[in-house]
Amino acid sequence: MTEETPVQNAGGQVAPPRLEQLAKLLPGVHRSATLLGETVLWAEPDSLPMLMQILRDDPRFRFEQLVDLCGVDWPERPARFEVVYNLLSVSLNQRIRVIVAADEQTPVPSVHMVWPAATWWEREAWDLFGIVFAGQPDLRRILTDYGFDGHPMRKDFPLTGYVEVRYDEDRKELVHEPVRLTQDFRRFDFLSPWEAMTSLPGDEKAHAQYQARAADIEKGDAP
Amino acid sequence: MSSTLVPEAQADQSGRTTQTVEIDSHAINFGPQHPAAHGVLRLVLEMDGEVVARADPHIGLLHRGTEKLIEYKTYMQAMPYFDRLDYVSPMAEEHAFALAQEKLLGLEVPERGQWIRTLFCEITRILNHLLNVTTYALDVGALTPSLWGFERREELMEFYEAASGARLHANYFRPGGVDRDLPAGLEDRIAAWMAGFPAWLDDLEGLLTRNRIWRQRTVDIGRFTPEEALAWGFSGPCLRASGIAWDLRRAQPYDKYNELEFAIPVGRNGDCYDRYLVRIAEMRESVKICNQCLEKMRPGPVKVQDHKITPPARADAKRSMEALIHHFKLFTEGYHVPRGATYTAVESPKGEFGVYLVADGTNKPYRCKIRATGFAHLQAIDALARGHMLADVVAIVGSLDLVFGEVDR
Repeated sequence: MTEETPVQNAGGQVAPPRLEQLAKLLPGVHRSATLLGETVLWAEPDSLPMLMQILRDDPRFRFEQLVDLCGVDWPERPARFEVVYNLLSVSLNQRIRVIVAADEQTPVPSVHMVWPAATWWEREAWDLFGIVFAGQPDLRRILTDYGFDGHPMRKDFPLTGYVEVRYDEDRKELVHEPVRLTQDFRRFDFLSPWEAMTSLPGDEKAHAQYQARAADIEKGDAP
Repeated sequence: MSSTLVPEAQADQSGRTTQTVEIDSHAINFGPQHPAAHGVLRLVLEMDGEVVARADPHIGLLHRGTEKLIEYKTYMQAMPYFDRLDYVSPMAEEHAFALAQEKLLGLEVPERGQWIRTLFCEITRILNHLLNVTTYALDVGALTPSLWGFERREELMEFYEAASGARLHANYFRPGGVDRDLPAGLEDRIAAWMAGFPAWLDDLEGLLTRNRIWRQRTVDIGRFTPEEALAWGFSGPCLRASGIAWDLRRAQPYDKYNELEFAIPVGRNGDCYDRYLVRIAEMRESVKICNQCLEKMRPGPVKVQDHKITPPARADAKRSMEALIHHFKLFTEGYHVPRGATYTAVESPKGEFGVYLVADGTNKPYRCKIRATGFAHLQAIDALARGHMLADVVAIVGSLDLVFGEVDR
């Protein structure tokens, strides 16, 4: 029943800069870049369904798969969330990333009409971040417990959470209680003024290399 | 199965009473403690008699907040979480995280490190497929394959233990290479094992491939066309069973895969039986890859020699002040990863396993999204199982190769 065939397009990847040239003219795209060899588009939420439809159906793009959809929380920004769509074209062997900004109130249009696989990823982003997807008929929680309150992947949600669950032997039932920490939660970030002296005498060379790498990634020069 | 009596039961002229009996569709809870649910899957099945009318998986019973925990750990401390995602193929998951960090750090892994990683990725593939194929058969009613398979898995896990010190949660792949070199003699032991394995696979196939019951339970069950498989985000053996020759090891090679010769088995029908056949064929290919790795491997360093990123040798830390400082800094503060973002994916045994890593220049990931293969596969179960019998759901769940450590994260 099985047969062995070589993959079409082995090694025939479209060069990412060319993909960026093509994709940055699409509707709703307001910024594009090729960072670390990966093409990234920043788009307006309103034109998202149209943009995604083009990215899937246009013979130059043919992104048949929505590989991943996730949220990123940047609490200091006015629109605090980024919704990140990672797309894959199996026929043209190329990847692209579309990023859309969102806040807690404004819904992002759902793309489940384009790829049915989007439903669960959108449910996950709603569950963990509280990002609302307009037009998504099945926006239930998915990973957290039944009756869970809050969106745990937000940066202002504490790691230890608010509620703890245990089985009460006397009452013979599960008990939900506020979290009690017997010792304060400790977080070492190594970024205090004393620790932040990253360029100690003798470390200048390593530190300069690190700075240069960071600058290269930002400019899109890094391979 | 319950039935309701509709109240309008009437006597006709001859005095007999006729009743209209209506069988209502009702919901069945499949799991979360069902042994064939492969972990903690709660599948709410709306049944129309014996036929599945709708399948609604409830997941998250094994949700441990891995992504949140990773944000609070240094990069090095975050690595062991990846073993605990898909605990059936731990090293493949570590690989994705290591590659993502290497991409941001701009590291070039030494030759031997790459060969060892490729070798152990393929050992992991056999490890995973052995568990999947045999327990899948167990779900469908064949006990013997799992008894045989677990014995072979045990031997493979001994190789894991010899290389990393742990049978399951290896924590062996690191950014910049692997944790340590293989112990003396391990390469020969792996080669000897690989020599004997194809014959064992023939025996396993003898139990299943032409088995009448096995084929009745799997052929034409849970079919997906190539278009459906793509739209539902399938990858790995499940996508290839639908006839799409897509494999990241070939299409977007990483480490040493571009220097290896191997075939990509493809199915035709996209049913449960083809998913099984693809996995069996992949194990045979993995044996070939392992043999090539063992042949091409040369002695040399196994990790980057920059001790700002990889720890110095333990013995050096006893004598050299600099090594001691490096050791201390690495295991307390860790290394800083330059600001940037990357989506890096590997062909894990189950399919595309990806990491979307956002670094903010500190020693901890800002965001680490894990693209779980099984998450996409499980989502399609409604489309796959609708219209099938209840017993077929078990075969479909088995053929999708789900591990809930990964699905729930």
